[in-house]
Amino acid sequence: MKKQLLFKAMLALSAALILSVAWMVSQRSVKAAPPSESSITGTVKLEGTPPHQRPIDMSKEPACAAVHKANPVTTENVVVGTDGGLKNVVVYLSEGWSGPETAVSSTPNWEQHGCQYIPHVMGLDVNEHFKVINSDPTSHNIHPMPKPGGPNHEWNKSQPAGAPPIDTSWPAEEVAIHVKCNIHPWMSGYMVVVKGPYGVSDDSGSFKVDGVPPGNYTLTAWQETYGAQTQKVTVAAGKPATANFTFKAK
Amino acid sequence: MHDTSTHAVAHHGPPTSFIRKHIFSLDHKVIGKQYYGLGLAAVIIGMVLSWLMRIHLGWTNYAIPGLHLLSKNGAAGDIMTPDFYLQLMTMHATFMVFFVLTVAPFAAFGNFFLPIHVGAEDMPFPHFNMMSFWVTFVAFCVMLLSFFVGDGPTLGGWTQYAPLSAVGAVAGPGEGAGVVLWATSIAIFCVGQLLGTLNFIPNVLDLRAKGMSLWRLPLPTWAWFITSCMGLTAFSVLMPACIMLILDHVAGTSFFVASNLVINDQLQPHSGGSTLLWQHLFWFFGHPEVYIAIVPGMGIISHVLITNMRKPMLSHRVIVYSLVALAVLSYMVYGHHMFVSGMNPLSSLLFSFPTLLITIPSTILVLIWIGSLYGAKLRINAASLFALGFISMFVTGGVSGFFLAQPSIQILLHATYFVVAHFHFTMAIAAIFGIFSGTYFWFPKMWGRMMNETLGKVHFWCSFVGVYCIFMPMHYLGLAGNVRRYQAFVVDYMQPLVGVHRFITIAALFTGAAQLIFIYNFIHSRFWGKPAPANPWEGTSLEWSVPSPPPHDNFGGRHVVVYHDPYQYGVQSSTGDYVMQDSPEQVKSAHEEP
Amino acid sequence: MAKLFAVTIVVIAILSAIPIVRNTWHPMEDISTHGQAIDDQLSETMWEAGISFLASQIILAWFIWRFSGTKLGEKTKNFPGGAAGLVAAAFILVGLEVFALGIFGVKAWANIYFTQPAANAMPVQVQSGQFAFYFRYPGPDGKFGPLHPDLINEANQNIFGLDPDHDPESKDDIVTAEMAIPVNREVRLLMHAKDVSHSFYVPALRIHQDFVPGLDLQLHFTATKVGRYEIVCSQLCGLGHYNMRAYLSVLSQEDFDSWLKKQATLQ
Repeated sequence: MKKQLLFKAMLALSAALILSVAWMVSQRSVKAAPPSESSITGTVKLEGTPPHQRPIDMSKEPACAAVHKANPVTTENVVVGTDGGLKNVVVYLSEGWSGPETAVSSTPNWEQHGCQYIPHVMGLDVNEHFKVINSDPTSHNIHPMPKPGGPNHEWNKSQPAGAPPIDTSWPAEEVAIHVKCNIHPWMSGYMVVVKGPYGVSDDSGSFKVDGVPPGNYTLTAWQETYGAQTQKVTVAAGKPATANFTFKAK
Repeated sequence: MHDTSTHAVAHHGPPTSFIRKHIFSLDHKVIGKQYYGLGLAAVIIGMVLSWLMRIHLGWTNYAIPGLHLLSKNGAAGDIMTPDFYLQLMTMHATFMVFFVLTVAPFAAFGNFFLPIHVGAEDMPFPHFNMMSFWVTFVAFCVMLLSFFVGDGPTLGGWTQYAPLSAVGAVAGPGEGAGVVLWATSIAIFCVGQLLGTLNFIPNVLDLRAKGMSLWRLPLPTWAWFITSCMGLTAFSVLMPACIMLILDHVAGTSFFVASNLVINDQLQPHSGGSTLLWQHLFWFFGHPEVYIAIVPGMGIISHVLITNMRKPMLSHRVIVYSLVALAVLSYMVYGHHMFVSGMNPLSSLLFSFPTLLITIPSTILVLIWIGSLYGAKLRINAASLFALGFISMFVTGGVSGFFLAQPSIQILLHATYFVVAHFHFTMAIAAIFGIFSGTYFWFPKMWGRMMNETLGKVHFWCSFVGVYCIFMPMHYLGLAGNVRRYQAFVVDYMQPLVGVHRFITIAALFTGAAQLIFIYNFIHSRFWGKPAPANPWEGTSLEWSVPSPPPHDNFGGRHVVVYHDPYQYGVQSSTGDYVMQDSPEQVKSAHEEP
Repeated sequence: MAKLFAVTIVVIAILSAIPIVRNTWHPMEDISTHGQAIDDQLSETMWEAGISFLASQIILAWFIWRFSGTKLGEKTKNFPGGAAGLVAAAFILVGLEVFALGIFGVKAWANIYFTQPAANAMPVQVQSGQFAFYFRYPGPDGKFGPLHPDLINEANQNIFGLDPDHDPESKDDIVTAEMAIPVNREVRLLMHAKDVSHSFYVPALRIHQDFVPGLDLQLHFTATKVGRYEIVCSQLCGLGHYNMRAYLSVLSQEDFDSWLKKQATLQ
């Protein structure tokens, strides 16, 4: 009689143990997007006439001027593509993200080519590593200028032609860090450091924010001239959500 | 001027502890040797920095093995960044001008020999004297510290022109903590040197032995005396200028920063300062400083030459008067560094005239040196070779000065390699040759052993030919418009000149390697050289009347009495063709009248 | 060894003089109206310097050769005339020469600095800033609009801090990264620095002037030959000092007019 009771108790205990382990395993977050993770896509447009972009004369650096001989370059504070699509807008989850800060780890390149920053605007996660590369025959000097007194520290490093890439990251979120080159005054770019997934709009204004689990979020779109706009977005399991932004040219 | 007995100096018995003997010593001879060691360390640092600079100038993107060890951000992948080049250049110049050229010919040799030359037991204020060395040593350490902090040493040149030097880190890497440390180090250095001049001047005026009138002082002593007077006034101006620069960095003042300056698209929070004020203050110090660097050398090589020519200079007094004239005029010429600075163009003309006129005492000196060689019985040894080399270098450097003294010509040559050639010939070579000449000449007295003559001559030949190969081509570069302080030559019209730079680099590396011969000779002789007699060169001045090295109180308790002028050579005496200053022997001059 | 040293000195002196005599490296051809006086001054100085240099080195070498080595019994001698003659030589020969150079040099300098620009000199403004030169032409209204340093924004290429929305005179101002001027036309150059000290050096134009932050300076000159030249910064201004250069084109009046028109469309 006692043996039977003991056996039943052990069976129940094992079942409970197995079930609780199974439950814990199911709660573990995985890198690979589980079938329930989704994405937010959309388009950012500019309404109205974009402000005039000034042509950039790189004659003081002939090697770079030569790169752009066929396609003259201009300032890039407002880049509008076909159908009014606004480029270089960083879209990210400003509220509602409960996952790790560093959700993306693609180690993007911040490239100096033809005396321009490519990309002009780069999205980054907190602590996400990026590589600064100089593919020009001239020295450049990378000078990111985060908010003074804040957790991100200003730095200023020179990178001669042939020097190794600079591998670094930002410890805190900041929208946005302006980057300039002290040697070539026209060079300008932005690093937008956020938590969680982000996307940057392309030539046609389209963006995609991947790896978003179901939930309610505030989506922010930031553009260097027009600032930020927000929208509330709900993402359902397995269904990509859409959000579009429209900035007004002043 | 009256003679005073030697009792004016505070007596201090010989030291007993190791620390008192070798570290915190009150003995002017130990202090002199400590300064010499400091100068030697500084010249090695300065020379290595120059090699790195020259390699980069010849081969800009070359990865110099191990370079990354010297800099946090300046040499990733061992490739020198533009800012690191400028930092190395600034440190090269700073170490050389301050810690070599002011320390070695003036503080090192002056401390050791000035009291002996005047017949005194020591300097009048031995504690101040000890402090002067240790304060200078602290300045040296602070300067070295700038390699290890923040974004490294300052890159603004040893001239630290404002506002680049004054606005702070916002102006770029090397303009933050590095500048504050530079200015702090130099301010401390000024204090150290002022403490030295406080000893040198009263030593000459008040502690001369009986019979040692001012006109009986040997020429190096006059040179040190004149240099001390310059130092007193020049360093007194540099120190407050450095303090004002520090305040602009840390206390929000705007002594040197004008209003409405924009850096990184941000309006700078400064107003009311004057850019040119720094230049006036700096060059008011800076021009006498270059004479502080060369005048002791002039005294030293005169001394060495006289001993090796076996006859005095054509006129002892003319040399002294010329040195005084150089010192006095040096205060009136400083604006020639600022001809195109934006100061009133009339001021440029006003400064150019004394600058042209300072040619006269310089020419007199050269003519007297060369003229005194006529009819000499010249002995060739390492010391005299360097002294003769000094004359050749000073002529070359002085002649390029003709060009730079004229504002209209400076329109072409300002801030080009022509200027670099000029000051290297006068300071880097002539003054350094003066130090070498003094070293080979006085090493036996200072360390009691002879240096190796053969190695000395090899060192001389490599150096003499080497430095002409390095610096003569820089005149041509300057004429062609090669701007200075460029880390690389990307400008179109400078492309054809890169080959000349490569030649200069190779010459510099070769000449630098030859200095290792000197360092080996120095160290080897220090410990294993032949013991030196009291008067190996048959000299007449008082340092040769005492043992090598001298005892603690210089004259072994003897009360020195001086009977003769300093350079009684070409006489018939019991010792040969010379009579020592403190010898009571009456002699007849053997000098043939022209 | 003394003789070897003497020969070495002479060889080095002669080798040093050869590139000067052969003009291997020389200043760029002068394309200015005021530069001839400077070049004459340079030439004169080169002769005197060259003669002094060669004479001193050769005499030094000769004396080393002749008067070294100890011969027993030989007495030392003095230079004929002693110190007095040499002091006189220094004052008279060198002093007068050098003074003369100074006097003649005043004219060369005065031509640049003590003359007023012609009333119809073409104004061009140059702003120096880490690490580029930018230029501004006043446009058809002939007036430069006011500068607002707080509006300077290099990323947006508002280099001079202009406010055309509020300052009508700025509307037609033409900002360029290269400088162009018409040949044989006097130019009045207005200079100011944006941040630290820089310098405006055009060797071919015989122009060299530092910028002084806080001061507005002015130069005037005329270029006499069409061509493309470089303006380089010669006052250490930070890490990019070596890369601070702008091209100067001296053009015919027609070419300049079309250049300016084209630049106006690129604003």
